[in-house]
Amino acid sequence: MWLEDIESNMNNTKIVQASLKKRYAKERRFKAYGIFSISLSLLFLSFLLFDITHKAMPAFTQTYLKLDIDFSYKNLKLKEGSRYSEKELFSASYRQLTSKSLYEIFPEVTNRKDKKVLRNFVSSGAQYNLRDLVIENPSLIGTKKSIWVLADDDIDSFAKGLIDRNLPESERRIKDNQLVWIDTLEADNRIEKRLNIGFLTQGDSREPEQAGIWGAIKGSFFTMLITLILSFPIGVAAAVYLEEFAPKNNWFVDLIEVNINNLAAVPSVVFGILGLAVYINLFGLPRSAPLVGGLVLFLMTLPTIIIATRAAIKSVPPSIREAALGVGASKMQMISHHVLPLAMPGILTGSIIGMAQALGESAPLLMIGMVAFVADIPQGFMDPSTVLPVQIFIWSDSPERAFIALTSAAIVVLLIFLFLMNLLAIILRKKFETRW
Amino acid sequence: MRKGTDVELLQNLGDTVGKPLIDGDSRMSCSKVDVFYNNNNQAIFDISVDLGKNEILAMIGPSGCGKSTLLRCLNRMNDTIEGCKVEGEITLDGIDVYSKNIDPVLLRSNVGMVFQKPNPFPKSIYDNVAYGPRLHGLARNGAELDDLVEESLIKSGLWKETKDRLNKPGTGLSGGQQQRLCIARTIAVKPEVILMDEPTSALDPIATATIEELMYELKSSYTIAVVTHSMQQAARISDRTAYFHLGRLVEVNETNKVFTNPEHELTENYITGRFG
Ligand SMILES: Nc1ncnc2c1ncn2[C@@H]1O[C@H](COP(=O)(O)OP(=O)(O)OP(=O)(O)O)[C@@H](O)[C@H]1O
Ligand SMILES: [Mg+2]
Repeated sequence: MWLEDIESNMNNTKIVQASLKKRYAKERRFKAYGIFSISLSLLFLSFLLFDITHKAMPAFTQTYLKLDIDFSYKNLKLKEGSRYSEKELFSASYRQLTSKSLYEIFPEVTNRKDKKVLRNFVSSGAQYNLRDLVIENPSLIGTKKSIWVLADDDIDSFAKGLIDRNLPESERRIKDNQLVWIDTLEADNRIEKRLNIGFLTQGDSREPEQAGIWGAIKGSFFTMLITLILSFPIGVAAAVYLEEFAPKNNWFVDLIEVNINNLAAVPSVVFGILGLAVYINLFGLPRSAPLVGGLVLFLMTLPTIIIATRAAIKSVPPSIREAALGVGASKMQMISHHVLPLAMPGILTGSIIGMAQALGESAPLLMIGMVAFVADIPQGFMDPSTVLPVQIFIWSDSPERAFIALTSAAIVVLLIFLFLMNLLAIILRKKFETRW
Repeated sequence: MRKGTDVELLQNLGDTVGKPLIDGDSRMSCSKVDVFYNNNNQAIFDISVDLGKNEILAMIGPSGCGKSTLLRCLNRMNDTIEGCKVEGEITLDGIDVYSKNIDPVLLRSNVGMVFQKPNPFPKSIYDNVAYGPRLHGLARNGAELDDLVEESLIKSGLWKETKDRLNKPGTGLSGGQQQRLCIARTIAVKPEVILMDEPTSALDPIATATIEELMYELKSSYTIAVVTHSMQQAARISDRTAYFHLGRLVEVNETNKVFTNPEHELTENYITGRFG
């Protein structure tokens, strides 16, 4: 009897051993698949990041020209005198200043057409910078001074090596005579690349060398603020009600549940159309305003937050609820003292993921007119503005060459914000996590 | 003694044998209690039993016979289960606890509960014990609260081990310590009745002995109902023992009578291990 047992035992061992090999092979194969998929996704990700940062590099510097500006009364078209009101200074003529300086450097240029080309070496925005300079420091009037002014985007592109001088002239945006002038300026040390601070401080512009992302950042900020203020409390409250108070096995509650899950899957552009119909056409709220953008994104984020919060609340162990009720906590006390704090890491992670989604959303905002060209930096929730992803969309659609770099730079800015939000999610989760 | 197979015995099971009701003042009293879970699944049938003042009632019986269900009726913990319906009458000091004007929150501060699995809050030891008194405003100031926490921890036999680390998380204690912490948390509210559902099932013999001693001491000021699967434990600590079978209360008697001379054959089968 016992001999038989041992024999069958040994048989079993053999069978197990035989299958063991297969099992390990399966495990190894599975690991290999996993490593392969991760490598592949890392490869794509690094390619994407490299490509974008590479393309964005040119946008972080800006070419400047050193010109000897003659702030004479004649050039400024100001009457000679000692004091000027700001208004007088504001309406003085600054257009000629850079052109005159350029003509001085290149006296050989006399042809009307050539003069125009030469004049356009300087960005059309330079005159406003000079104006601001004079208003700030009126003692400049009547003097002559070397000043670095913003170069035109074509000159900028050339200086950054984005235009190949060996191409035949007809295929080049910089013509032969321009090349000669640029070389002269370069030899004179009159061309310099500087950090493009304006990119982070200015609003959008038709001229790529003057276009900045600050307007879009502020627009995004105002929009996200509205979204957060509305969707976080409403989403959490709705989830708490559905999870803790709503009757179970009730057809109406089930219907609401199904609808919330469906809403999370509705294409975002639909929310944009809804926002257009309700907020703008029905309530008469202004187009392109962060308020309306925030209200639209609120609709989009709400289901995400509700679903995440419900999952987080569900995962709070029932024993903790019983413990709280057992010492005589009311339901509301149980929720606010125990359930919500324990669910907080999950709630915050879900909400931040929802917000990050909203931050990257452009389609619904196109519907409510946030795609309009807005050069002014928005100062409030009602000012027309655009947001980061829409700014990317606008720039990627612009014909000037320099906008390619700006588009990538804007993507980098958006990615940095998304990265920061995810970092925040991790920090908050660590902070609120309870150690068991 | 009634004889027959289990099924026969159950079929002509009349009233509970022994002494379910006590002569003197009872603290809690159940009469003709039926409990249904969803879809009218009846879990316990027509149970009447008293809990005397300063006594320990042990509830024993095979798994699924409805011990926890009855226990959870006593402090209306069953209210939180969707679809659970309780019929019959349960009184605390003569007041029907299921009547409309009784607040379950108030009831639970008078009838505390200790669960099978230790379930301290993920907070400090101090906050665990202070939670109930804070909820109900039992301490007027910090010093009073400190005293109350100390007193509860001393009573539950945890003071010596924890007095130097009251600010450490309660979840960092050992299983037995956690269970005593839960007991301290329960008695800090100063209930009249303490319900314990298999309080030592997850503990080693030493921790079990500590908790049994504790129950014995608590008896002087509280009424205790304890569910246990350990016959020895029931024999050691309880004054009376109730035997449940398939949702019915078969026999209630003085503990030594139940274990030495049971009146019902089902009880005898169970305590002698011939059950099934
Ligand atoms: N929440 C619930 N929903 C539905 N049925 C339940 C629920 N809790 C218990 N029951 C049923 O009620 C009956 C009694 O369960 P109960 O938990 O009271 O048994 P018990 O005597 O405590 O068993 P154990 O010794 O295993 O803890 C069982 O048949 C069980 O299936
Ligand atoms: Mg049980």
